[in-house]
Amino acid sequence: MAPSKESPASQSPVQLKDPLIAGVLAWLIPGLGHFYQGRKAKGALFSICIMGTFLYGLYLGGSSQPAGGSKQVGWGRAVYFNFDEKEWRLPWLCQVGVGFPTLPMTLLQWKLRDNPVLDGFMAPPSSDGDQPNNPSLATIQRRLSHYFELGTVYTMIAGLLNILAVYDACCGPVISDSDKNKKDKEPDKAEQDGGEKKS
Amino acid sequence: MTNSFWFALPLIACVSLVYAATRHEDVGDILQHALRVAIWITGFMILVFGILFAISKLVS
Repeated sequence: MAPSKESPASQSPVQLKDPLIAGVLAWLIPGLGHFYQGRKAKGALFSICIMGTFLYGLYLGGSSQPAGGSKQVGWGRAVYFNFDEKEWRLPWLCQVGVGFPTLPMTLLQWKLRDNPVLDGFMAPPSSDGDQPNNPSLATIQRRLSHYFELGTVYTMIAGLLNILAVYDACCGPVISDSDKNKKDKEPDKAEQDGGEKKS
Repeated sequence: MTNSFWFALPLIACVSLVYAATRHEDVGDILQHALRVAIWITGFMILVFGILFAISKLVS
């Protein structure tokens, strides 16, 4: 069988409107691209699952308790942007898959590194030991224990799941060969049944 | 530490639902596929856990 030269978007069984806009919207806010396409049930499913996972990860990776010399650990400490000689925060590359909930805040806090706003929400830890408004990474990890890693994993998985959602918004559902064969056979069967009834 | 296993449940549910949703358009098909994926993931994790548990028992 010769391979099809059509793009996945043109083969999709659903109306995708402008796949590029849908993809960008789906990346910016999980589920938004599907709402734009009128696929409301899937939009709601992606939004609830992905944002729920991400927000729970933010909750796990934070605390309102004091740490070191800081008045509190802060919330969302498992999500931050930091690529310097001391630390390459590679999980951020997965977390940024969630789009708008991650990108602007992490970049803003990275710019304001010495003076994070919102009690250090999504701010990189202090690289000069514990500061009054920002604890060090060692202090955060000591205070949060394994919840810091759990928060990191949850937010990473949320970002990676949103990449699947972006693909679905751009190209429609990935239909496996077995499902395709099943659907191809269904009309034939319906035609046969109709023919038998007529005869 | 045993309680940490409960953190896997919401992840398995979300991963299987999102994965199934990228394969189907109909909500009924999505839920059926999600259930199959969740069972598959849970079985695979139990298998890996069993292997690692057996190795740790053999080594200690």
